[in-house]
Amino acid sequence: MTEHEPDSGRMNVAPGQPHDSLLSETGAYVIGLVLALVLTGVSFWVASTSVLWGPGVAVGLVVLAIAQMGVHLVFFLHITSGPDNTNNVLALAFGVLIVFLVMVGTIWIMAHMNANMGMAPELMNLQMQH
Amino acid sequence: MTTEAATIGLTHGASEDTGLGHRGPQSKSIVVPYGFWLFVLSDMVLFSALFATYATLVHATDGGPITNQLFDRNLVAVETISLLLSSFACGLAMVAAKRANMVWTQAWLVLTGLLGLVFLIIELREFAGLIAIGAGPQRSAFLSSFFTLVGCHGAHVTAGLMWIGTMMAQIWAKGFQPHIVRRLLCLSIFWHALDIIWVAIFTIVYLIGTLP
Repeated sequence: MTEHEPDSGRMNVAPGQPHDSLLSETGAYVIGLVLALVLTGVSFWVASTSVLWGPGVAVGLVVLAIAQMGVHLVFFLHITSGPDNTNNVLALAFGVLIVFLVMVGTIWIMAHMNANMGMAPELMNLQMQH
Repeated sequence: MTTEAATIGLTHGASEDTGLGHRGPQSKSIVVPYGFWLFVLSDMVLFSALFATYATLVHATDGGPITNQLFDRNLVAVETISLLLSSFACGLAMVAAKRANMVWTQAWLVLTGLLGLVFLIIELREFAGLIAIGAGPQRSAFLSSFFTLVGCHGAHVTAGLMWIGTMMAQIWAKGFQPHIVRRLLCLSIFWHALDIIWVAIFTIVYLIGTLP
């Protein structure tokens, strides 16, 4: 950022670039840490309690993990929805799309392949045990 | 006419800021971390393939141990807290580095590295324990994919620890020059990203894997 281009600094910021004042910068990290600790604690509690409906626990854990990733992105990597962050967000969106396609696509295809191989489930399981 | 067309976005008048090249390229302090951000995202794509492999093979245990028999949640909780605090310390190191404060930057980086080391030692002890009871990577497809996924994250942490040491030495020797601070910013992006990947690992591998 040079002096004769006063507005160029507002166009883009780098990911992970901290804010301006010492208090608000440190505060953002502290808020992020507290939120991440709470979400981690809830995750471990959800995984070990018997209060909740069993089949829903795994889904709940995934939701908590995604929430915590969001906390890390916003408070530690400073990825925001502001106009100076458009490039960072677009790159992130593309990354999330590919990650989603690879994971969901693989799990979906592999599950259906097993179901459609025409083999008895026990045989298929035997086949997949190695 | 031209002005009207430009107003509604049909043409790109000379006075209109397209956001592309109007003022020339962005400064290096923007471009370098952005490029590194792209690398980190591609690294996450790599991990997504390892996660997909793990999810496919998690039940392929070949009569060997299953997830519920292997993992210790208390150790995982300690690992998780260590890595989270390490990420936090890394952020505060960036706050100090931005103000060119040598003592605090080095102090927070030392803490970042030490907490990362705690994480790594716990992980290596876990691996050694698994191999000792015959649950090494060659035991079953499940264990192969487990060691690949978690080991790949551990290898990243190891690389990050060496990078932290390197940056501490560079800041000490060369001071807070712009290119050194850029490298430090890239390191912090890398370190925060590793914590994000760990969130996925402790949830999918350790917590969901040890549900009753």
